[in-house]
Amino acid sequence: MSDALLSVRNLSAGVDGKEILHSVDLDVEEGGVHVLMGPNGAGKSTLGHVIMGEPTYDVTGGTITFGGEDVTELSPDKRSLAGMFLSFQAPVEIPGVPLSSFLRAIASARPELDMKRKEFRKRVRELADELDMDRAYLDRELGVGFSGGEKKKVEMLQLLLLKPRLAILDEADSGLDVDALSVVSRGMELYRRECNGTLLVITHNTRILEHLDVDKVHVMVRGSMVTEGDASMIADIDTNGFEQFESLAQAR
Amino acid sequence: MTESSEKKRTQVDDIDRSMYDFIKDESNQEHLEAGLTPEIVREISEKKNEPDWMLEKRLKALEIYHELPIPDWGPSIAGLDMDHIVTYVKPETDQQASWDDVPEDIKDTFDRLGIPEAERSYLAGVGAQYDSELVYHSMQESASKMGIVYSGIEEALEDPKWEGIIHDHFMKLIPPTDHKFAALHGAVWSGGSFVYVPKGVQLDYPLQSYFRLNARGAGQFEHTLIIVEDDASLHFIEGCSAPKYNVANLHAGAVELFVGERAHLRYSTIENWSKNMYNLNTKRAICKEGGDIEWISGSFGSHVGYLYPMSILNGRDAKSSFTGITFAGAGQNLDTGCKVVLNAPRTKASVETKSISKDGGVSTFRSSVVATKNAEDSAATVSCQSLMLDDRSRSDTIPAMDVKCKNVDIGHEATIGRIGDDKVFYLMSRGLSEEEARTMIVNGFAEPVSKELPLEYAVEMNNLIKLEMEGAIG
Ligand SMILES: Nc1ncnc2c1ncn2[C@@H]1O[C@H](COP(=O)(O)OP(=O)(O)OP(=O)(O)O)[C@@H](O)[C@H]1O
Ligand SMILES: [Mg+2]
Repeated sequence: MSDALLSVRNLSAGVDGKEILHSVDLDVEEGGVHVLMGPNGAGKSTLGHVIMGEPTYDVTGGTITFGGEDVTELSPDKRSLAGMFLSFQAPVEIPGVPLSSFLRAIASARPELDMKRKEFRKRVRELADELDMDRAYLDRELGVGFSGGEKKKVEMLQLLLLKPRLAILDEADSGLDVDALSVVSRGMELYRRECNGTLLVITHNTRILEHLDVDKVHVMVRGSMVTEGDASMIADIDTNGFEQFESLAQAR
Repeated sequence: MTESSEKKRTQVDDIDRSMYDFIKDESNQEHLEAGLTPEIVREISEKKNEPDWMLEKRLKALEIYHELPIPDWGPSIAGLDMDHIVTYVKPETDQQASWDDVPEDIKDTFDRLGIPEAERSYLAGVGAQYDSELVYHSMQESASKMGIVYSGIEEALEDPKWEGIIHDHFMKLIPPTDHKFAALHGAVWSGGSFVYVPKGVQLDYPLQSYFRLNARGAGQFEHTLIIVEDDASLHFIEGCSAPKYNVANLHAGAVELFVGERAHLRYSTIENWSKNMYNLNTKRAICKEGGDIEWISGSFGSHVGYLYPMSILNGRDAKSSFTGITFAGAGQNLDTGCKVVLNAPRTKASVETKSISKDGGVSTFRSSVVATKNAEDSAATVSCQSLMLDDRSRSDTIPAMDVKCKNVDIGHEATIGRIGDDKVFYLMSRGLSEEEARTMIVNGFAEPVSKELPLEYAVEMNNLIKLEMEGAIG
């Protein structure tokens, strides 16, 4: 048993009898910055969702341990309340629910964030300002008509509001313009600084990592963890791509 | 996520309606004999001390009632046994002028429904009906100073100033020949509201009425008659909530709305009947040139419901909009919708409905748009969105159109959907329980309706949805 904050052991999962994740191992150290890379369709998002407990996927083997507790069987809300967070690659739309009401609801599910309405509004506005988001967005329906970049900012806002112990950011940077990219970078730094947060960053874009001290890089190919290493791997992958790991995945 | 919400999840069939289901001692109220005869109708009429013409109307309606067949095109109402429905229960008090004079137990009932608070806040008047009689009615000075009349309909009938006007409008829009339950209503109607807004008078806060069925097996036949004269404007709110009984209950009210030239009327309703109620309500509005009728309608509760508010656009440029939501849960079959008649040039109608069905509930949306040969350059749009919360529930859409005029633009759109698992997962991944997540999605779905309601009603509707959603996850 490692003393990692998140520890995935031998995890296999899939849908409708089709296995997507094959005996995956992953350790994320408390306070660390981990990066998960891999070609399209490798299973990165699936891993993120399975870690968060998405019922669409059947876990056919292995365990997920968070903060020393086996969470493999816990429902997503319980994982969230335990301090896990997943920023979605494709956040959903909930028509008719104003962003502000949604934020209020998810905050009041946690005793430590149960503040007075006024105080809460102030907090949310501060965060919106911090993320260069027009405050008018707070009154809009969650996700409805939001651009891709705006949706990503809303994910960051929730991260900063909820202050989870572990944040899995699934392509928090994809589809962002230069300005939005630096906003999201700033958000990640803020999360690190203010919450001493632990990050598992899923990305194809090394730029987002420039301001972060990456502790470890994990590489996934076709549903398997093929290798892990230090920050220097990022530059290597940037130049040489994932081709080099193909054989490792096949070997499994 | 807590122990208690865990427990609630196990009760699938029944929800806690204790907030709404409370029964008052009715022992010392006089029940009329069960069954429907001319004698009973005479007795009702006599008690009210009403004009002869009203008695004639009643007796005529009773004849028609006996002639007309029970509707066979909608949900079954075989569970209704008209011979055993006590049609009229007189409450213990006569109409009250002040809240202080209302008897304690009745007050308690209203308290639990939140009426006094609502009144205190900003409402112009409250006509709250307890059983079949108007027991409490008040009106703020400002409204009456503006010349607006808001009273019980029996009370208005006694006033020579209004008797003629009522005579000219009563059951003119909804004749007893319309259908069996309109005839029944015509025969035994009791209680309800009369509102008259004079020319050019614009009331900028709503009038509200709260109906409530309380007696075992008693029917409720209240009549609402609203006349908004030319260039006048009114928002009227009707709300209902009823306790739960084992005996079949019947509600066959009638609402007749007359909207003058360039006048505006918004008629908002939240109906929340107990789950044994047969709600066979008829509502109709007629608009003169440039008149504008807006229906906001939330249908909850009831065992069986037939409800299709109808707008007759009789003058050029008249407008109708209908925004409605229906929630059918276990054991419920709710047949709701809207009818529109475009009977003048450049009229416009929009119908936007949402329906939710759950735990085997059946929700049918029925719409009818008729464009007569006078309807040149008119337009109507009908849209219905249904949300089915599980595979056992049903949702149907039955649109009908009858267009007898060229240059009429009619659009129809219907969608039937389910709550996406991805949405539920997203919300749960942020710490909401499954029930909370689903409730949030359903409330969002209902938002186009709730946003049209005054705040406290919107809150009540959200609470109703929450109640309905509780125990939804087995
Ligand atoms: N719900 C699902 N049903 C069927 N197949 C799925 C499902 N979810 C994922 N998959 C499949 O699993 C594989 C991994 O998908 P996943 O989205 O996890 O990849 P990814 O590594 O995140 O890719 P990208 O970099 O493009 O985001 C893909 O082949 C995908 O089609
Ligand atoms: Mg992905």
